[in-house]
Amino acid sequence: MKRWQTAALAMLALPALAEPVQIKVWRHDTGDTEMSAGAASVERFNRSQKQWKVVVEALPQGSYTEAITAASLVGQLPCVIAIDQPTVPNFAWAGHVRALDDLLPHAAVERLLPGARGTYKDKLYSVGQFDVVLALFSRRSQLNRLGVRVASMEQPYTAQEFRAILDKVKRQGGYRFPVDLNGRAKGEWLSYAYSPWLQSAGVDLIDRIGYTRVDGILNSPQAVEVGRYYGDLFKDRLAERNPADEHAFEQGRSLFHYTGSWKAREYAARFGDDLVVMPPPDFGRGPKIGAGSWQWAITRNCPTPAGAAAYLAHLVSPREMAELSRETGLVPASQEAAALTRHFRPGGDWRVYFEFAERYAVPRPATPAYPAISAAFEKAMADLRGGKDAAEALDEAVEAIDHNVRRNNGYGFTVKATGAPQ
Amino acid sequence: MKLKPGQDSLLAVASFATPALLLFAAFVLLPLLLAAGATLTNHRLVSPEPTRFIGLENYQRLLSVKIATVHGVQDADGLHFPTWRQARRQQPALEGYRPAFSVTVGDTRVVLAATDPLFYRSLINTFVFALLVLPLQCGVALGLAILVNQKVRGRLFFRTVYFAPVVTSMVVASIVWAFMLNTDRGLINELLRGLLGDPNAGPDWLGDSHYALPAIAAMSAWQGAGFQMLVFLAGLQSISPEQYEAATLMGANAWQRFVHVTLPGLRNTIIFVLVSTTLLAFGLFTQVDVMTSGGPLDSTTTVVYHAVSAGFKQQDIGYGSTVTLVFFMIVLAVSSVQRVLVAKGGKP
Repeated sequence: MKRWQTAALAMLALPALAEPVQIKVWRHDTGDTEMSAGAASVERFNRSQKQWKVVVEALPQGSYTEAITAASLVGQLPCVIAIDQPTVPNFAWAGHVRALDDLLPHAAVERLLPGARGTYKDKLYSVGQFDVVLALFSRRSQLNRLGVRVASMEQPYTAQEFRAILDKVKRQGGYRFPVDLNGRAKGEWLSYAYSPWLQSAGVDLIDRIGYTRVDGILNSPQAVEVGRYYGDLFKDRLAERNPADEHAFEQGRSLFHYTGSWKAREYAARFGDDLVVMPPPDFGRGPKIGAGSWQWAITRNCPTPAGAAAYLAHLVSPREMAELSRETGLVPASQEAAALTRHFRPGGDWRVYFEFAERYAVPRPATPAYPAISAAFEKAMADLRGGKDAAEALDEAVEAIDHNVRRNNGYGFTVKATGAPQ
Repeated sequence: MKLKPGQDSLLAVASFATPALLLFAAFVLLPLLLAAGATLTNHRLVSPEPTRFIGLENYQRLLSVKIATVHGVQDADGLHFPTWRQARRQQPALEGYRPAFSVTVGDTRVVLAATDPLFYRSLINTFVFALLVLPLQCGVALGLAILVNQKVRGRLFFRTVYFAPVVTSMVVASIVWAFMLNTDRGLINELLRGLLGDPNAGPDWLGDSHYALPAIAAMSAWQGAGFQMLVFLAGLQSISPEQYEAATLMGANAWQRFVHVTLPGLRNTIIFVLVSTTLLAFGLFTQVDVMTSGGPLDSTTTVVYHAVSAGFKQQDIGYGSTVTLVFFMIVLAVSSVQRVLVAKGGKP
């Protein structure tokens, strides 16, 4: 009798013990290679332990940020979400994601490059497995033909030098538009690609101390100088305003392409040793590039934060980051992970991208105002391309950002009463 | 019922008119009244907050203008004007106003500042577009109509070819033209380079604020001219051949026949074509939306485009309705003036 009872109890209890707790994850659909790499990683996590089971749902990429915003408003977010790093402070401010400082092992986070961390007010809210970097691509044979030196990390092009090179290439090289500035890319690209030019000139989108002051930063003389430089590239027809396609560089219609490391694989395959990967131009304080790509965060309503944290810790382990990089070609986000890959290890053929990420990367301002800042900066860049006066265009961006920050009471930062009349 | 000739049965009039009147009421009158009501509220497209009555605030925001003067500063590099933000610091009354249009005379700049400068830019652009497109489209249409009215072989083929753009979707035509107008690889610039023998020739059609609106006007005239051509063709064929014969007998040459026989014979057709083309020109939206999104530097934004972006992109239905209602009044005034002028001209 007793034995029979024990057996019955055991049978009742067994499913509860054997059935791991589900952790729901949302991510954006980024195409076959990355999706299958992600699925393999989930599979390894689920097999590695019995307590948790990760279930991934992929949402269309185009409307992903809108989708998670809408879901957060109605409290329908899953446990873990993929999130674009610049929007993390906004989500943290709105209280949709939770701080990770006490959830993740300190050692795991310590190793990550700054571009793989999403912070707001000195707290960590998201972690990433990879980063992408900006670079200036060109072709050695053509540069040699025109007598133009190849820039290096030790000696990058200065902004003036780059401008002179473009003029020369246009005059002598038979290139109608010597540089492709990725004119077809819209939205976040503009802030990602050109706010580093400001940082290289010693200014920024917003004062990073206090995160409320824009006036005198984004419209400072140095920033206006960068704005004018950018506008002149289009006015003097060194870059095309509305390119018909994205193939100007590989079809030999432009000599330089300023774009991201996502082009590395394609260009390396096409040009082989002829391809040179150079740092972006230096506006005075050394080249700078954007940092921070898609990352992972745990939502406020997640019922199993411990399980979610275990999954995140799995994702940012060097082995997993190296595995992802191997399959997708993305830049791994720590020294240890890079050392495990063929391309990015010291001496590897793509090591230069990792070094860019390490040396030049500046994360975008960690403030909930970032979406508004980015939108205003994007509008200013569009106006500069159209030929607007740089001081006027950046002044307008300052007003738009100021207005937005004040309407949101500083987004959790204290707005100092400066007393400056409008 | 006994009817005298020339008198219509009331019942017949009512039954013929009712369907059209019902449709007119449901799809024109009712939306117009709803929009008129919305202009007095802060109606949002999507908002958890209830709609409030706000009086004439929308009209005030749309129409407020001030004229301001800004003085330039002479320094070593030449004449510099302060930015609008700097200029406004000295003139606190301009708070909330932004420049819509400016004229520089010497070291003084006269600025038309408005609370919604984009509306005034749009209004100016819309009228400039109408002025560009009206002579172009009607002239081309008349020329084509005269061409395809000649007794030549295959004129049916030419009529079809010239009419084809009209039945092509405007979105498709806009996309194709955006490629043709591309700076680096566009067909038009390639042709220009071939003709001029200069590999760097060719303006930045859609990227330069001076060329974008004329380029859109040319494209719109190409797309629309076929329809006016058909109307002109019908008009041409209603002129009796005897008049031409008589004119020829009296020794008139081709140009004199055109001026003294064709144009007077087409008088009513021309009036119809001018009025309808003007109204169509005021509705410019699709080409702008597809080809330039209002840019560069707001040089191609139109009133309808402004209304749509206020109503749907910024989700401010109340304000979008105000834009459309004010524009409706302006268009009504313009076409009334046009009618009066035409009626006067008709009675010698």
